[in-house]
Amino acid sequence: MAQDLMLEKWSGKISTVTIGATIADGGTRKHSIKIGGEKSLPNLFKEGAIPNKTQIAFEIWDAPPTDWPDELNKIYGSYYKDPITWAKTCVEKYKATCLCVRLQAAHPDFGNKTAQQEAQFIKELLKAVAVPLVIIGCGDDSKDSLILPACSEAAKGEICLIGSAVQNNYKTLAAALSADGHNIIAESPIDINIAKQLNILISDMGLPLEKIVINPTIGALGYGLEYAYSIMERARLAALSGDKTVASPFICFVGQESWQVKEAKANAEEFPAWGKETERGIIWEILTATALIQAGADLLVMRHPLAIEKINKYIEELYQC
Amino acid sequence: MAFSGLDIYKLLPKTNCRECGFATCLAFAMQLAKKAVSIDKCPYLSPEAKKVLESSSLPPIKLITIGTGEQKLEIGNESVMFRHEEKFHRPCGLGFVIDDSLTDSEIKDKLARIAKLSFERVGQKLDVNLVALKQVKDAKRFTEAVKLVSGLTTLPIGLISEDSTALKDALITLKDKRALIYRATKENFTQIAPLAKEFKATLVASAPDLNSLSTLTQELNKLGIEEIMLDTGNKTISEKIWDLTQIRRLALKKSNRSLGFPAITLINKADPYEEAMEAASYICKYSGIILLRNIEAWQTLALLTLRQNIYTDPQKPLQIEPKLYPIGATNDKSPVLITTNFSLSYFTVLGEVEASKVPTYILSVDTEGMSVLTAWAAEKFTPDKISDTVNKLGVKETVSHNRLIIPGYVAMMSGELEEKSGWQIIVGPKEASGIPSFLRNL
Ligand code: SF4
Repeated sequence: MAQDLMLEKWSGKISTVTIGATIADGGTRKHSIKIGGEKSLPNLFKEGAIPNKTQIAFEIWDAPPTDWPDELNKIYGSYYKDPITWAKTCVEKYKATCLCVRLQAAHPDFGNKTAQQEAQFIKELLKAVAVPLVIIGCGDDSKDSLILPACSEAAKGEICLIGSAVQNNYKTLAAALSADGHNIIAESPIDINIAKQLNILISDMGLPLEKIVINPTIGALGYGLEYAYSIMERARLAALSGDKTVASPFICFVGQESWQVKEAKANAEEFPAWGKETERGIIWEILTATALIQAGADLLVMRHPLAIEKINKYIEELYQC
Repeated sequence: MAFSGLDIYKLLPKTNCRECGFATCLAFAMQLAKKAVSIDKCPYLSPEAKKVLESSSLPPIKLITIGTGEQKLEIGNESVMFRHEEKFHRPCGLGFVIDDSLTDSEIKDKLARIAKLSFERVGQKLDVNLVALKQVKDAKRFTEAVKLVSGLTTLPIGLISEDSTALKDALITLKDKRALIYRATKENFTQIAPLAKEFKATLVASAPDLNSLSTLTQELNKLGIEEIMLDTGNKTISEKIWDLTQIRRLALKKSNRSLGFPAITLINKADPYEEAMEAASYICKYSGIILLRNIEAWQTLALLTLRQNIYTDPQKPLQIEPKLYPIGATNDKSPVLITTNFSLSYFTVLGEVEASKVPTYILSVDTEGMSVLTAWAAEKFTPDKISDTVNKLGVKETVSHNRLIIPGYVAMMSGELEEKSGWQIIVGPKEASGIPSFLRNL
């Protein structure tokens, strides 16, 4: 009996978001990256184009992180007081093609830097490295509404990805980013309807849907990963079936989530049955990333250079088919 | 394909003789459609009708059992492509390949390491499921090694060999153990199939494309082999995911019986990270058994955790009983930490409380299995609810102080909760990882 394959036909398509402006585009980046553009579910190349590989941004902070585990401190600790060198190291030594900078120094508990100081820092960073930038606030809402618009202006024309906009706090950011030509991160708490609504609200502010990247707020492996996994699958199915309001690429903060869980941090003396701690932390970041790639992640923000190297290799292999 | 009551009725004798225990054939048909009765209750069913009905009531992906006893592995019976549509039912098996070319002591060492791979997370036991011995040497060595392995492990055993003489001797050793045989191909199935039948082993049918695979399983069926798993050989990850996706789609949506079996994947990567990434891909995408080579606790823990995540019922998050749990040598001065009855919240808090070595009570509030923030947003973790729980579960009778500690994420309710409950509210850390230092400095 001949075996007919069963092919899905999708009418929808994920929008393509470009991060980084080269000189030709009016910016100063050496290259730009493209995410999204899928016309098929992850890996199913035979059913529709998957033109852009999942990209990885190295996460750096502009203030010394206090809760990063030793495994990461060993690697980055000597740069914590000098974020520009930290950024350069990621690009030069670890071959980062994109950086995600968290403006933690603006946080009241981490130095309380002003909007002007953060804008100045972004200018210096743009001079120091030529890769596309993702810029994240410090997590203090009132502070972020001040620093992010200032940084948006400082990076005008460089087409960064900046966030996060949330349901109760998107207007100032959306207006600023739209004026300066950037992309926005729309963050929704593992809820597909909020994700849709927020995308509509933001596009009403003048930022087109093609400028939005969804942050579905993931949990780490073993800590709620499956919620984001299924929300992403559902959103992808809806988008491919033609719902434009969720047809945005996904950004996933893999490093941040996976390096805070016990399995990634606890030492081997305390939990001998869990195996070596160095490898355990790295595999936790790696498998969180792997599962999310299978659910449709487009941009991963990660921390450990070896985890990033392995995931890059994995992404290459996915394209061999 | 499932039949409706009416479809079934059309196949019944329509004599309303009542021998099935129902007043009419139609009533019986309705119960059959709900799978509430067995078709055997009607003595007058024609053999043709019986055959049609029996096959329609079979699950689209056959349930396969490997091994015996408590550690037997049951896979198959899957019903959806995406876990949010219902759930993934039978967690895939994770096993390890061992070559017979290793020395006996090397094999023993590997088995000892495999035996240690047992973990507990959020109240569930996570175990590996299979040891597969691969023939590299001659039949004699293979049988020897099989004897060694079967004497030392209680896990189900797989045999990787295409040599029917070697397999026969090995299967005699494993009599009644429901082994897994890898593999039957177009070339060798006439020799291997009789062995699988004689020893009631599950047989992996292997072919590089779905056409030949489907033909092969039908040939095996003709030879009386029902316990089958599917394999499409060595491919890149994306090609493999394509095959696994097609197999499940065709079985579920086209009721293709010749592909209605769980699939098996073998991974051949020396680097344990890369091996784990490939295995993780197949845990997510439909593999029934995944065989690895590296035996590393950290790698297995991560993979079993992923399997637990993917196979959790999305409609029913893991919950624990709402209760006042004493942790360590508590007394009436011990602090009281409040959290939800979502297993993950509770067990995360529990782990940190244990690590702190400070005897503490954990009060888990019934939030229907929602996490702290989700429950708060859904109004299942409110000052009223918490006050009620504190009263109902006898916190006042247990401790002599009047302080309650709430998660940092719901700091905003502390004022209202203080008013409603009459207790003094202390805001704890946001992340559980902050609990040990918080408790020690209380
Ligand atoms: S026994 Fe069979 S024929 Fe008789 S009533 Fe029941 S279904 Fe109908």
